[in-house]
Parts: sequence; C-alpha cells; structure tokens
Amino acid sequence: MVFREKAQILDADDMRRAVIRIAHEILERNHGIDRVALVGIQRRGVTLAREVQDAIEEIESRKVPLGILDITFYRDDLSTLGPAPRVGQTDLPFDLNDTVVVLVDDVLFTGRTARAALNELMDFGRARAIQLAVLVDRGHRELPIRADYVGKNVPTSKKEVIKVMVEDFDGIRRVALGEIEEGA
Amino acid sequence: MFQQKHLLDLESLSAEEITEILDTADSFRQVLERPIPKVPVLRAKTIANLFFEPSTRTRISFELAEKRLSADVVNFSASGSSVQKGETLRDTADNILAMKVDMIVMRHPDSGAARYLAQRVSASVINAGDGMHAHPTQALLDLLTLRQRLGDLQGRKVTIVGDIAHSRVARSNIWGLTKLGAEVTVCGPAPMIPADIETLGCQVEFDFGSAIGDADAVNVLRIQLERQKHQIFPGNREYARAFRLDREMLRRTPEHCIIMHPGPMNRDVEISTEVADGPRQVILDQVTNGVAVRMAVLYLVSGGVRETLGENLE
Repeated sequence: MVFREKAQILDADDMRRAVIRIAHEILERNHGIDRVALVGIQRRGVTLAREVQDAIEEIESRKVPLGILDITFYRDDLSTLGPAPRVGQTDLPFDLNDTVVVLVDDVLFTGRTARAALNELMDFGRARAIQLAVLVDRGHRELPIRADYVGKNVPTSKKEVIKVMVEDFDGIRRVALGEIEEGA
Repeated sequence: MFQQKHLLDLESLSAEEITEILDTADSFRQVLERPIPKVPVLRAKTIANLFFEPSTRTRISFELAEKRLSADVVNFSASGSSVQKGETLRDTADNILAMKVDMIVMRHPDSGAARYLAQRVSASVINAGDGMHAHPTQALLDLLTLRQRLGDLQGRKVTIVGDIAHSRVARSNIWGLTKLGAEVTVCGPAPMIPADIETLGCQVEFDFGSAIGDADAVNVLRIQLERQKHQIFPGNREYARAFRLDREMLRRTPEHCIIMHPGPMNRDVEISTEVADGPRQVILDQVTNGVAVRMAVLYLVSGGVRETLGENLE
C-alpha cells in the first residue's frame, strides 16, 4: 500500500495558525479554562492536543490538564477477520466529573472514532460537557456527530485519504490529500 | 501482529508473540484500575469454560477476565455433567459448539487434550491446563509479574523448585522464560526431576541452597502429593526438610530476589508462612496479573480488523 499525494492541504505554518485559532475558540466558548481539560485520541490526536495545550498556555499563562485516550477496546469493528490491533495507553490524570472535556483528533471522517471515544469517556465518569476539536473535517459522516472546533474543512471523495503528519511520528508537520494505491 | 487462533502452549509461540501478549496485558492492568473496569471488546462473543478437572482460581480468573471483556459466559464442569454419563470429549465439544460458542477455555486431565480439541472444532481453544503438558496462562502471568518487577528478562536467573516432573506450570514457565532469554534452574528431589529436562534449555541443581544462591526470582511450586499415582517421595515432612523456602533459605538468596507461588499454597510444606506473608513475595500480584493476562489472550486470540474505521488507518 502506497500513499500517492494529490495536493497539500496545510503546511507547518497553516497548522500552527489553525491550532492557535482552535485554542482561542476553546477559551472563548468556555469563558476561560477553569474546569476545562484536553484529551487527545491516540496517536496523532495526542500530539495535536499537546500543541493546543501549549497555545492555550501562551495565551492564558496557565496549563490545562491533558489526557490520553486509546479507543481500541471501544471500536465497533473488532471481529474475527484479522489480527487484533495493538493497544496503546489511556491516561486521564484529572477528575472527569464536572469537567468540560475537549476531545482532540487529527481527522474527523465517519465519526466512529469519536463515538468510541465518547463511550470510553463515559466509563470514566460524568463530564460536564464533551466537545470535539479536529484539525481536518473531511465529511462522510456515518453517525450524527459534528466537531465544535475545526482547523479546516476539506471536501473529499470516500476513496481519498487525508494524511496528517506531525513531528512526533513523521518528522515533519503538514497535511496532504491523496489516494492509497495497492501494491508497488 | 498476533495471528494465533488458539493458545495451546508457549512452546509454539515466538518471543515476539509472548511479548505482545504481555504488552497487551499491561494495558488491561490499567483497565482493571478504572472506575468501570470493563470494556466492550468481546461483546456478542460467547465463551464456554470447560473444566474437566477441579479448579477454583484459574476458573474464576478466566471467568472474570471474560466478563471484564463483556463476553457471554457459560460454565461447564465435569462433575454432574454428561461426561460422567460416558460422553467423549469431542461429542461434548460438538454439542457446545452447536449452541454457537465462539471460544472454548478448557482444563483437562489428559496431556494434549487442548490440541486434540483445537484440531477438531471451529472455535478458538485456550488451554487452561492439560494434564502434565502445559498451563500457558499461568506461565504468562508469571512472566508478566517477573517483567513488572525485574524489567527485561534477558539474562535474569529464575529458579523453579518443586515437583518438576508432574508440573505443567514448570514446563510452561521453562518454555516462556527461555524464549525471553532468562536462565532457568530447576530444583527438587531427584525423583521429581525428569531425566532429560535439560533439553528444554534449563539447568538442574539438586541442592536447594545452591539453586537459589544467585536467583533474581524463585518460583515455588505446590507439592501435589494427590497427583502422584505411585508415591515417589515419602511425605510432606521429608520434602519440607530439604526444599521448604523458609527464612533460613531466604537468606541465601540475593536481597532483590522475589518469591512466587502459583497457588494454592501448602503453608509450611513448600513455603513457610513467614515467607509466604513476607515482603519479598508477589503472590497476590500474580493473581491480579492472571486476570489481565487472560484478558489479553482472549482479546488477541479473538482477532480483529483495522480497516473500517477510516480515520485511524496507519
């Protein structure tokens, strides 16, 4: 499987600006950061959540709590067809109850990851509210889920793939649109 | 990536597969600490626990692991069942599978029973102990406990003491430990040590003190006089005199050496009460790890696909 790039959606500066804007919107909407926490969805959502956390600290001179969510155990497609996916870590180092949780992920597509994340969060406690922040919303929802904060809306065909690249995993920061080609 | 459909013994697993089970078990240890220690991983799966031999802790541990994964569970034990009416293992299994069961966890007094079943049914089979052959989940929980306490097991020294000849726990531990690079020494009365045990890659030491002198961990096996068809050792008192792990013997081990026991313990036979309740033992940790390891095995054996989520393609 090979990713064939068709267009660049965001470069490193665009990504930085999108993250800063999302940080401002989170502050505006929640009237500050009292009882607000960020939760990144493994894996690239965690990197982005950390960037939003830094951007908020830049503005407010305070850190918001940051959690990590691995949604593997809550997926709706675990079946007998193939090997079981590797499991990452879930770590929510704050009391969820009475907290506004902002879930952070790289791409919003079918909405099934967000659904799994919601279910998992509910098992940890009763958040005051859960909001969703994504870097790219590419459409094609299969569930009634929408994002509260969007870096960029990108119309795509179902066949296309959005590739978000972050420093931690890819050594570069940018977002590209392309297609997966079999073989080669 | 874990591709096995069954878990029959550790002999047929690679070091990578064993490590993947242990890594997954670490994640499930975290799940067990959550406010709701339950995840929907095996929702809509049905698991039959077939126990043809008495077992309390392994059965409860499996049952709890299954319930923590949201599976539906049916229990079947040999006493009071059709087995006493003369039904064969295969017929019993076929009947249970006809009720649409996805996985079978089986304990059986005959060595090889798990493999026999795995070759004949469509469900996944997990060996919960077969005769004197293997008890893979016990060895995995021991490995997990060792890894948590000692880190990487490469070059670590583990001594197993007891009735090695009749012990599926010993055999499974030797397979697992040697695959992960640990150095294993077995110790016990000569009639309880199989003649060719070194071929599994372990050393034999008949003197208890020498066997534990430089051990990072000592795994004390239960003396099961009830299991021996012909009495090969005079009795508990004679065993205790030479091989009981008590305060005197514990002094011969290095400071950091941890003490393990698969349970149930015969206090003051193979282990003294003082050591069994002392600061070096990790026995109840083993029990907690047992649930996590069994969750990991059930999860990995059940399989899964990654494509349909879309967003998460790696």
